[in-house]
Amino acid sequence: MYETTYHRASSVDEAAALFSKGSDAKFLAGGHTLIPVMKQRLASPSDVIDIGKIKDLIGVQLSGDTLVIKAATTYYDIMTNADVKKAVPAIAHLTSVLGDPAVRARGTIGGSIANNDPAADFPAALISLGATVKTNKRSIAAEDFFKGLFTTALEDGEIITEVSFPVPEKAGYAKMRHPASRFALTGVFVTKTKGGDVRVAATGASQSGVMRVSAIEAALKSNWSASALDGVSVSASGLLSDIHGSADYRANLVKVMAQRAVQAAG
Amino acid sequence: MGMEGIGASVVRKEDKRFITGKGRYVDDIKMVGMTYAHFIRSPHAHAKVKSIDSSAAEAMPGVVAVLTGKQIVDDKVGNLICGWAITSKDGSPMKMGAWPAMAPETVRFVGQAVAVVIADSKNLARDAAEAVVVEYEELPAVADMPSALKPGAPQLHPEAPGNVVYDWHIGDEAAVGAAFSKAAHVVSLELTNNRLAPNAMEPRAAIADYDAAEEHFTLYTTSQNPHVARLVLSAFYNIAPEHKLRVIAPDVGGGFGSKIFIYPEEMVALWASKKVGRPVKWTGDRTEAFLTDAHGRDHISKAEMAFDADHKMLGLRVKTHANFGAYMSLFSSSVPTYLYATLLSGQYNIPAIYAEVMGVYTNTTPVDAYRGAGRPEASYLLERLVETAARQFKMDPAELRRKNFITQFPHQTPVIMAYDTGDFNASLDAAMKAIDYAGFPARKAAAKAQGKLRGIGLSCYIEACGIAPSKAVGSLGAGVGLWESAEIRVNPVGTIEVLTGSHSHGQGHETTFCQLIAERLGVPISQVSIVHGDTDKVQFGMGTYGSRSAAVGLTAILKAMEKVEAKAKKIAAHALEASEGDIVIENGEFKVTGTDKSIALPMVALAAYTAHNLPDGMEPGLKESAFYDPTNFTFPAGTYICELEVDEATGKTSFVNFVAADDFGRLINPMIVEGQVHGGLVQGIGQALLEHAIYDSNGQPVTASFMDYAMPRADDVPSFKLSHTTTLCPGNPLGVKGCGEAGAIGASAAVINAITDAIGNNKLEMPATPDRVWHAIHG
Amino acid sequence: MSTVKLTVNGKAVSAEVEDRTLLVHLLRDHLNLTGTHVGCDTSQCGACVVHIDGRAVKSCTVLAGQAAGANVTTIEGIARGDELHPMQAAFRDNHGLQCGYCTPGMIMSAIDIVHRHGGELDEATVREELEGNICRCTGYHNIVKAVLDAAGRMKVAQAAE
Repeated sequence: MYETTYHRASSVDEAAALFSKGSDAKFLAGGHTLIPVMKQRLASPSDVIDIGKIKDLIGVQLSGDTLVIKAATTYYDIMTNADVKKAVPAIAHLTSVLGDPAVRARGTIGGSIANNDPAADFPAALISLGATVKTNKRSIAAEDFFKGLFTTALEDGEIITEVSFPVPEKAGYAKMRHPASRFALTGVFVTKTKGGDVRVAATGASQSGVMRVSAIEAALKSNWSASALDGVSVSASGLLSDIHGSADYRANLVKVMAQRAVQAAG
Repeated sequence: MGMEGIGASVVRKEDKRFITGKGRYVDDIKMVGMTYAHFIRSPHAHAKVKSIDSSAAEAMPGVVAVLTGKQIVDDKVGNLICGWAITSKDGSPMKMGAWPAMAPETVRFVGQAVAVVIADSKNLARDAAEAVVVEYEELPAVADMPSALKPGAPQLHPEAPGNVVYDWHIGDEAAVGAAFSKAAHVVSLELTNNRLAPNAMEPRAAIADYDAAEEHFTLYTTSQNPHVARLVLSAFYNIAPEHKLRVIAPDVGGGFGSKIFIYPEEMVALWASKKVGRPVKWTGDRTEAFLTDAHGRDHISKAEMAFDADHKMLGLRVKTHANFGAYMSLFSSSVPTYLYATLLSGQYNIPAIYAEVMGVYTNTTPVDAYRGAGRPEASYLLERLVETAARQFKMDPAELRRKNFITQFPHQTPVIMAYDTGDFNASLDAAMKAIDYAGFPARKAAAKAQGKLRGIGLSCYIEACGIAPSKAVGSLGAGVGLWESAEIRVNPVGTIEVLTGSHSHGQGHETTFCQLIAERLGVPISQVSIVHGDTDKVQFGMGTYGSRSAAVGLTAILKAMEKVEAKAKKIAAHALEASEGDIVIENGEFKVTGTDKSIALPMVALAAYTAHNLPDGMEPGLKESAFYDPTNFTFPAGTYICELEVDEATGKTSFVNFVAADDFGRLINPMIVEGQVHGGLVQGIGQALLEHAIYDSNGQPVTASFMDYAMPRADDVPSFKLSHTTTLCPGNPLGVKGCGEAGAIGASAAVINAITDAIGNNKLEMPATPDRVWHAIHG
Repeated sequence: MSTVKLTVNGKAVSAEVEDRTLLVHLLRDHLNLTGTHVGCDTSQCGACVVHIDGRAVKSCTVLAGQAAGANVTTIEGIARGDELHPMQAAFRDNHGLQCGYCTPGMIMSAIDIVHRHGGELDEATVREELEGNICRCTGYHNIVKAVLDAAGRMKVAQAAE
C-alpha cells in the first residue's frame, strides 16, 4: 500500500477534527474493508483515522422496541450479544455467516454499511428491518442511506455512530455464499414488522446494490409462508451476472433464499 | 516391521519446526545488504513494448536499479526452454516461440514481466515501479483454443503458424477404424477439462546472491528440484557454470507441479544480483501466482468408444486440443501427450486406441504439469465415457467396468504403457463394500421422498508413476534422464545421514526415508537425518514430482543402503572373526547367526573410520552412494466412489459419502500415504466443483485472486473413508508404486458421475457450480 | 514513521515502522517472528492468523498502529518451553500438516475455535469455523481430526488447572 499517516482517535469529535486536517483522510474501524483496498493500491488516503477504539462507538443497547448497535461493534460481538439474539435473532444469524471467524473478530457494522459493497450482508438487514443510521451529524433512514454500488449518503468526514433497528415481529436471513469471496452470491432478509408490514431486501443480486423485492413482499404480505412464494417469479433484468452466478440463477436464488429466510423466521 | 520401520504410521519428524513456527521458507531468509525486486508486468494479453522510461523511478531514493527485457537479452541470458521434444504426425518438430525472461519487444499474456525494479525495500520497489512508464501498442489477443485456431486469428509466434505447437498422435488409426466398423454400439462424449491455478499456499520466492570474488552465485528458491534448476540455469540460461552456482530449496510450502519449473523471476534475480552487486530477493504475491505460476489442464476433447454386442470394448478414438498458453513451459509438451494419451486405456482391455492431440498457443499464462499432469485428464475422460456408456446401455456402471477390466498381467496397452501388476476387481470390490453400493437404490429412493436428488458416481483410475525409466523417456523426446541418486553416510559414532535428490515440500520424506533405514538397520529414526534440497550437499537429483520419490528416490536410498550393509558386514565379520555370510543385522547390531556374538553399529562405524583393524585392502569410511534408474513406470490404481445430494432449488451439491480404495503397492507410512490421498482428493473435488481459471475474450484474467478463484475450503469437502488393496510393484525391490497424485487423478470423475446421476442429465462440465447444476436440472 | 509499542508473546516490544506497515510485516520483518505467513493479498487464506487480545485475527489486515498497546500472540508463543500446546501436539499426532505453510495460521485459528466453543465441537462446526483458513495439502481431513482431538485435550488440560 501507499504510505499514509495513522491516527488513533479517542472520541468522535477528535476523529472529526483529525479528518478535517487531512488532505484525503479516511476512517477505519476494524479495517476489514479499507485495508484490503489500500493493499491493492486502489485507495491512497493521506491519513487513516482509527475510530475502532472509541468507547462511545462500541456496544449494543436494547430499549423497548429498539435495538441499537453502535458503529464500531464487531461482528463477533454482535452475533454473540444476548440482546441481539433475543430481539432480532436474524441479525445474529447474519453476522454468524458473514466473512469468516477472523474477519468477524475485527470487522464492524459501521464499516460494512459505509462501504456499501453490493454483496455485503448488512445492507439487506438495514433495508428490510427499516433501520436508521445515526451519524455525528444526523439520522438517515436506511432507504436513503444506500445510494447504489459502494455509494452512501455519507458526506465527507461524517462518522456513523450507530444503527438503530425497530424490533420486528419476525425476521429471517438466508444466504447463498459466494464460493470464493464468501460474500453473498445472493442473500435475502425478510421482515414482518410489528405493524404488519412486510419488507424484503436482497443483496448480492442486483447490479445496483441492495434492493427491495416487491413481488416477494406482496406475496408474503397476504400469506407469510415459504410456500406463498412458490408461484412468484423474480425478474432477472438488472441482476448481476458473472462467472459464479448468471442473472437468471440469481433471480432464482432471490426467491429460494427468501423462502428459506421465511422458514428461518418462523 | 519395527515400531519405526516400513509400514509403521510414524509421526513426522519434520513437524516440530512447522508447528512451532520455525520452518524456514525462502521469504523467511534475510541477507545483509539485501535488495528487493518488484516486477513490472504487462496489463495487456498481447502488445508491443514501445518504450520504457525508467528515469523518474531511478531518481527515487532507495532505488538501486531498473532493469529491462532488452538488457537481459543483450546480456545473453538464454530464453526459457521446453525440455521434452514432441514430433508432430507429419514428422516436424514442435514449434517453439521464443520466451525471454523479460519481454524486450512483445508481451503475450497478462502478467508477463517487461522490467524489474530493484530497491532497498519491498515497498520502495513497488512505489518506484509505478513511476516507470511503459508504452504499449496493443495487439489483438486470443484467449481460447477455438478462437486461436480460426483462420485469421491473431498469431502469437511467427515460428508457429496458426498458433499450433504440434499436431501429434499415438496408436493405430486403422485398427481403431476397423473396431468402429464392426461395433454394435458407439458411445461418444465431448468434454472440457477446466484450467486450474495450482495455488501452493507459499507463493514462489527467490533470493539470489552473487559473490564477485568467487564469481559464484547462491540461489534460494521455492523449487521441487533444485538440481534440475541448477542444470537448466547453467546449461541453457547462461547464468553461471554449475560449479559456480549453488541452488538451495529450503522448506517449500507446497508445489503440486508448479514449483518444478525454472521461472523468469529466478533468472532475473540471479542476473540482477550480479548487476547490482547485492543480494536480490523476490517474493511473489498471490496475484502474481495466479498470473505467472504455470497453470494446469485446459483441454477440449471429443471421445468415442466402440463396443461389441456384449458390451466389450473394441476401440477408443480421442481427439484433444490442449491449451499451452503463450509459451511452452519446461515440461508442458509432455503433459497432454506422453503423460495423457498413454493412459487412455485406463483399467480396461481396449484392443485398439487412437488419440490425436493438438497443442495450441493462446494469450494466457503458460500451462504445464499440475498434480497428476495428463493422467487426470485421461482418467476424467475415460471414466465419464464409461459411465455414459453404462447409462446408454442401462447397465450397472460397476458391472460394465468389471466386464472390461484387465485381469492378466503384465498387460501391454495399445498406447505404450505395459502394466506390470494390479487387481482392479479388488479395489472396486473394496470401494463398493465401503460405500454399501448395494444399498444405494434404497437410499436414493429415501432421499427422493425427502425431496433430495441423490446420486452415486464411480471412478476407476490408473496412473503411471515412478517417473521414469530414462532410456524409455529419452526415446520419447525427454531432454533429461529420470533416475534418482542417494548417498548414505554412516558417521563415526553411528548416526546416519541420508542425502537424497528427492525434495520434500510436504510429502514427509524426512520421516519415511528414515523408516527405510530403521527397517534395515534397526536403529531409531532419531539417529537418522535426511539431507535434501541443496546442490552443494547432495551430489545430484532429479527432484520430486510424478509420485516418484518412493518408487525412484527411496529405491536409490535402498541401493546405497545395500552397499553400506555389505561393507559394514565385512567389517563386522572381520571384528567378530566370523564369516561375512553369517552376519545378520538386528536392532542396530551385527550378529553372527546362531551365536551370541555381536557388534553394535556405532562400533562398526568407528572401526570404519579409525581404520585400525579393517579387512585387508578395505578403504576406510562408511559412506556409499547409488544412482537408481527404474526399469518401468509404476501403476497405482484404484476405485473412488462418491455419493452426494443435489439441492434442486439451488443446484448446490453436498457430499454424503466419499470412499477411496487404492492400490499403491507397499506402504511405507500409511498415515502419510492417507494424507497424500486426502489432499489429492480435495484437489480433484476442487476441480470438479469449484476451481476454474478464467480469461475473458481479450485475455484478461477474471480469476486472479482468492476473491474470484474458488479454492476448496474445509466446509466444501467431506471426510473420507480410505482403504487399500495391495499388489506389490514388481519393478522395484520395495514394491512401492507412489501415492501423491492418485486422489487428484481419480476424484473428479467420481464427483461429476455422481452429480449427473443425481440430476439425470449427463451434460455437465467442470466445475459443476451450483449455477451450472441448476441450469442442468431446470434447463 | 511511528514507534509502535505492543506486547508480543508476553514480551514488551517496540519498533519504528512506516505507518503503512501491516502487523504481519511488523512481526516477520521487524521482530523476526517468521512463523506467521502471508499466503494471499485479499484476507482470505488465514496463513497470517495471530491472536490479538485473545482473538484470532488476520494480521495481514491489521495495521501495526492498530495493534499498538495490544497483546499479540503468534505461533512462536503458544508452547510452554519444550511443552507443545495441545493444539500443536494434536496437529502433529493426527498428521494435520504437510508442507507446513498454512499450519501456524491454522493452529492459531483452531485454538480460538476451541476457546469459543469449548466442548461443543463437532466435525461440521469445525469445518464451518475453518472457513477462513485455506490449506492446499491436507484436504482438511486430518486438520479437522486434529482440532477435534485437541478440543478434548484442551478440556482435560483446563480441568486439570
